[in-house]
Amino acid sequence: MLRLLFHTQLSLGIAQAGFVGATALIVAMLSWRRGARAGAEIPLALVRGLAQILLIGSILALLMRGPWWTAIPLLLVMIFIAATIVRQRVPRLPGAYTLSLWCMSAGAGGVILVMAAAGIIDTRIAMLVPVGSMIIAQNMNIQSLFLNRLLAELESHRGEIESALALGAQPEAAVAPYLQAAFHASLIPATDNLRSLGIVWIPGIMTGMLLSGASPIYAALYQFVILAMIFTAGGLSCLTATRLAPSRVFTRFQQLRTGL
Amino acid sequence: MPAPVLKTVDLSRTVIIGPETRPILQNISFAVQPGEVLAITGPSGAGKSTLLRLLNRLDEPSSGDVLVHGTSFRSLSPRELRRRLGMVMQRAFLFPGTVYGNVRYGPAQHGVPFSNRDADALLEQVGMAGYGDRDALTLSGGEAQRISIARTLANQPEVLLLDEPTSALDPDAKQAVELLLARVVRERQVACAWVTHDYAQARRVADRILRIEAGAVTALGTPAAVLLEQE
Ligand SMILES: Nc1ncnc2c1ncn2[C@@H]1O[C@H](COP(=O)(O)OP(=O)(O)O)[C@@H](O)[C@H]1O
Ligand SMILES: [Mg+2]
Repeated sequence: MLRLLFHTQLSLGIAQAGFVGATALIVAMLSWRRGARAGAEIPLALVRGLAQILLIGSILALLMRGPWWTAIPLLLVMIFIAATIVRQRVPRLPGAYTLSLWCMSAGAGGVILVMAAAGIIDTRIAMLVPVGSMIIAQNMNIQSLFLNRLLAELESHRGEIESALALGAQPEAAVAPYLQAAFHASLIPATDNLRSLGIVWIPGIMTGMLLSGASPIYAALYQFVILAMIFTAGGLSCLTATRLAPSRVFTRFQQLRTGL
Repeated sequence: MPAPVLKTVDLSRTVIIGPETRPILQNISFAVQPGEVLAITGPSGAGKSTLLRLLNRLDEPSSGDVLVHGTSFRSLSPRELRRRLGMVMQRAFLFPGTVYGNVRYGPAQHGVPFSNRDADALLEQVGMAGYGDRDALTLSGGEAQRISIARTLANQPEVLLLDEPTSALDPDAKQAVELLLARVVRERQVACAWVTHDYAQARRVADRILRIEAGAVTALGTPAAVLLEQE
């Protein structure tokens, strides 16, 4: 339908965005009238999402012909912003921002660096930025899940942890079972994505590669590559968190902090 | 008179809640001798648990001192302090795994060798002989509390801090655990600070009673003197 009316790619894109935006707004209005409070946030979220992705699109358009390393500041900014979002999930954890910054630098940062150097992520901006951002975004979710779960575990096992401390345990030893539980829980979504890959879920990048004419087998393989990188980055960031988190949840006199 | 194993000097704790600083304990001073039971009584919310937690530094004192054989707690590492001042809480909070695993936990944290035979001897003392291989999380309240006592004793503490150790137990288990603890204190000659809100229990087990109300000491003396004044 729309294709018949709009002939340039840009006008078509605007029309497509307008159409789905309008349908989303109708759903938002319906849910708002049914009393769902989230309804009021949806128009704002739509506008915000559209503005952000357009901004990135324009930056990509500017950078597209530039040298590959211009992607580095862009990805770094993404990691910094991701860390502020993780911090909002655990507002009472001291030093949550620097903690997640370190963890995601080791996880997403490390994986992007190594994989780009190894030639597994194409270093052309048009590939490096979207693939990198996918790894960072998923890493952010995993990191939030980890810290969120960890604090919940600590709160519900305060008695066991303080019993261990009272027996003279190192703080790291006293919380080891709960770090492990958080580690496991935070990687469940990434693991399930790998397990359901292609069956329940054919992610966007594959569609993109198919649209731009890549062979379906290569697009499929690359899809696996990306999920495996997301998993690796998540695992690395949680391993880092396992080492760094204990010092944030205990005082320097080895007391478990309250009200985390 | 033997030197006190445990002595506190003007021990205080204030906490900051929002804009206010709130005193929870103020200037608590007492001493406990080897083999002596000091019962700590007082109404709920008076600060009894906090006092015990200051002694092994699970909470941080704001001022004052805790002396273990004359050494300030500030010059001991928290882990060493906690090994020497064993604590038994109202609930056992056993770790997942076997009873052996629980009893071994303390020595393992300090790199002290501890065999199943050592554990068996302790289990025998707390009336739990033959329980070593049992799953710790399937025990009854009274059994679990006995294991938590064995787990604390495995560290060979010089001081026992007991925070209402029988108040979560049914009457039979309560009496048995009370007798067990009184016997352990006598046999091992540890200094014991025993928080209880049960005056009858305090009368049975205590050599002296410290009464705390609203964070301050309101009485310290023999059971006869403190409880008489009470009535
Ligand atoms: N970390 C804390 N922050 C604020 N208030 C606390 C804290 N710990 C204990 N309290 C308060 O200190 C008082 C004493 O508590 P507690 O030592 O548990 O009393 P008890 O064991 O005698 O019943 C209570 O009013 C309690 O609410
Ligand atoms: Mg209490």
